[in-house]
Amino acid sequence: METLVFGLLNGVSYGLLLFMLSSGLTLIFSMMGVLNFAHASFYMLGAYFAFTISGSSSFWVALFIAPVLVGLVGAVVERYGLRKVHPNGHVAELLFTFGLAYLIEEVVKIVYGKTAVDYRIPELLNFSAFQVYGASFPAYRLFIIVIAVGMLIGLWFLLKRTRAGLIIQAALTHPHMVGHLGHNVPLIFMMVFGIGCALAGLAGVMAGNIFVTDPAMAVQMGPIVFVVVVVGGIGSLEGAFVASLVIGLLQNLAVGINASFADIFGFLGLTEMSEVGSINISSLAPVLPFLLLVLILIFRPQGLMGEKEL
Amino acid sequence: MSDQSTYQRLAPSRGQKFTQRTLPFIILAAILLAIPMTGPSRTFYTIAHQMGINVVFALSYNMILGKGGLLSFGHAVYFGLGGYLAVHAMGWIEDEVGIWGSIPVFFLPVVGFVGGALAGALIGWPSTRKAGTTFAMISLGVAELIFAAAFMFDSFFGGEQGISGDRMNGIELFGLSMGPIAEVYWFIAFWMFVGILGMWAFTRTPLGKLSEATRDNAQRVQFIGYNPQRVRYMVFIFAGGFAGLAGGMAAVNYEIFTPDALSLIPSGLVLIMAYVGGITYFVGPIFGAILLTYMQSMLSDFTEAWLLYLGVLFIAIVMYAPRGIAGIVFGFIDGIRGSESGIYIKHWALNLLGILLMLIGLIILVEVSVRWSNGYGDIYEPFGMHLSHTNPLTWFLFLVASVAGIALSLFVKKQKEATA
Repeated sequence: METLVFGLLNGVSYGLLLFMLSSGLTLIFSMMGVLNFAHASFYMLGAYFAFTISGSSSFWVALFIAPVLVGLVGAVVERYGLRKVHPNGHVAELLFTFGLAYLIEEVVKIVYGKTAVDYRIPELLNFSAFQVYGASFPAYRLFIIVIAVGMLIGLWFLLKRTRAGLIIQAALTHPHMVGHLGHNVPLIFMMVFGIGCALAGLAGVMAGNIFVTDPAMAVQMGPIVFVVVVVGGIGSLEGAFVASLVIGLLQNLAVGINASFADIFGFLGLTEMSEVGSINISSLAPVLPFLLLVLILIFRPQGLMGEKEL
Repeated sequence: MSDQSTYQRLAPSRGQKFTQRTLPFIILAAILLAIPMTGPSRTFYTIAHQMGINVVFALSYNMILGKGGLLSFGHAVYFGLGGYLAVHAMGWIEDEVGIWGSIPVFFLPVVGFVGGALAGALIGWPSTRKAGTTFAMISLGVAELIFAAAFMFDSFFGGEQGISGDRMNGIELFGLSMGPIAEVYWFIAFWMFVGILGMWAFTRTPLGKLSEATRDNAQRVQFIGYNPQRVRYMVFIFAGGFAGLAGGMAAVNYEIFTPDALSLIPSGLVLIMAYVGGITYFVGPIFGAILLTYMQSMLSDFTEAWLLYLGVLFIAIVMYAPRGIAGIVFGFIDGIRGSESGIYIKHWALNLLGILLMLIGLIILVEVSVRWSNGYGDIYEPFGMHLSHTNPLTWFLFLVASVAGIALSLFVKKQKEATA
């Protein structure tokens, strides 16, 4: 029961972090058709920027400034990089962001060194929020949940309830028409790319201090974010939300299960001694998202909430 | 005039066929035969073998990217699985399990081919149903899945330390004991030649032609009665097979395979090799594989930031020369043969100068920063100059080189627009 409750709580906070990342990716993809391979690199930049800023001022300043900076970097990348590659097609754009991921990682290694930096949870939030079954739940994880939900509401409000959101939504489906109405569509694209990157940066600010802030964090997170986007249905924000939570819960609950295949499939004659039998469910946790991806693609290629099959 | 005669008029002449199809292979064979006569060093052999393996690997990747239009982030999976099967087969030859005792090590790449093709047949079935971005994502997911699974099944993948073998067993073929590196050379050269020939021949088959047609317009292919999914699937199997062939070559060359061989890193590297070389040309990936292998083994001795240079090179190719090195080379040949070759050469030379200046600026910036970042007090000293990060000369040189390079490139661009 204890592991279940903790698995659920951690799963939700991790899932919401994943959603922060994947919402930006989904927005960018559904608008520009670009699957931003460097998205997790912007997440990493967010963590590093926050480390620098919180070192010279405080975490609270970093919480606002770092995502804005990452968003600006993203906007510059769109304006001077992606826009140039755009005429060469989507594969060229994907490859551009692929190269960018290499570049960002190497630059981060030069500027911040190859080892992890000491980016810490702010003192103010470094206490336990509540106790469940004698174990404490850190307040910072609760804070992540609050920020993520706040961001979710903010994003929803921006897209569905403001004039700017209306124009963005229109530009998603009918860019030419929106252009003819006198809106600057390339500028909208640049802003959406910037906002998407800023969301990734925000996730980095939040996650860098509970995980590790090192040059490998982008490579670790990147593939999982893609899984979220594909499983949720490419281009669907709601789908990305559901998929983030599912994957967050799946991974965190699996870690807590201390059983092997032999325990579960023992009735089939599988023993601890055999190789398959000795695989532990908890060690399977990192593989689960990818397993889910393959299963989804075989049985429901449009993703959980995707409307069209890609 | 009948259609038949039009076709005959357009068809290449006998001489053209010879110079375009047969001659390159004769030259390749001559080069491969000539190399050992120059008495190369061990280092040369080591790098040459790696190049041979990467050439086959990059070409196999281009079967799906360049010719098939499928962007994969997990091609090393087939290289790795083929290679693993070959390493295991090497062990079976040593232990003389069943009929393996009578099979020479020389033919292990065939085992690799079978392994890679089987893996391609299995994984390709769900993944090649879609092209484009979806395919790219599936390939990434599958690669991660298999890489993670590799650490769970130690009996096949050998865990962290991998599986190793010994190539000096079984029957000797062509008098090659496969022991000394100079004898392994013939093995690598032979299979590289076979691989290149095989993949080139594949582009001439109806399936190879259909693969290009499916890349350009899948709907039309369906119209004329072919199933594009099936075409993609079959091409994918062959590409997996040739990647496995390269894996088999690597298995014999290195005598060890570790799970790292199927991770995302070699998958990314083969993508960069093929793209930098030029995916629209058959020879492109060969150029790319040779250049990148050279960079990987040579440049990494000079600078620890070689991956940064690689990233810059890749982005520059994607942005400014999407047809890769092969495109630059063939474009240059066409340019100097063209009517305004004088102007062309002038622009080309100015552009080259601009790129070189920008490169100098980049190198100064990167090398100085790397040394500053390491904090060992190392100082970048090219040509006896003392370039530390506090030295104003460093920043002066960096600024002058970059600004001059950018200005020159912009100038050439304007000139070109003016003449065009």
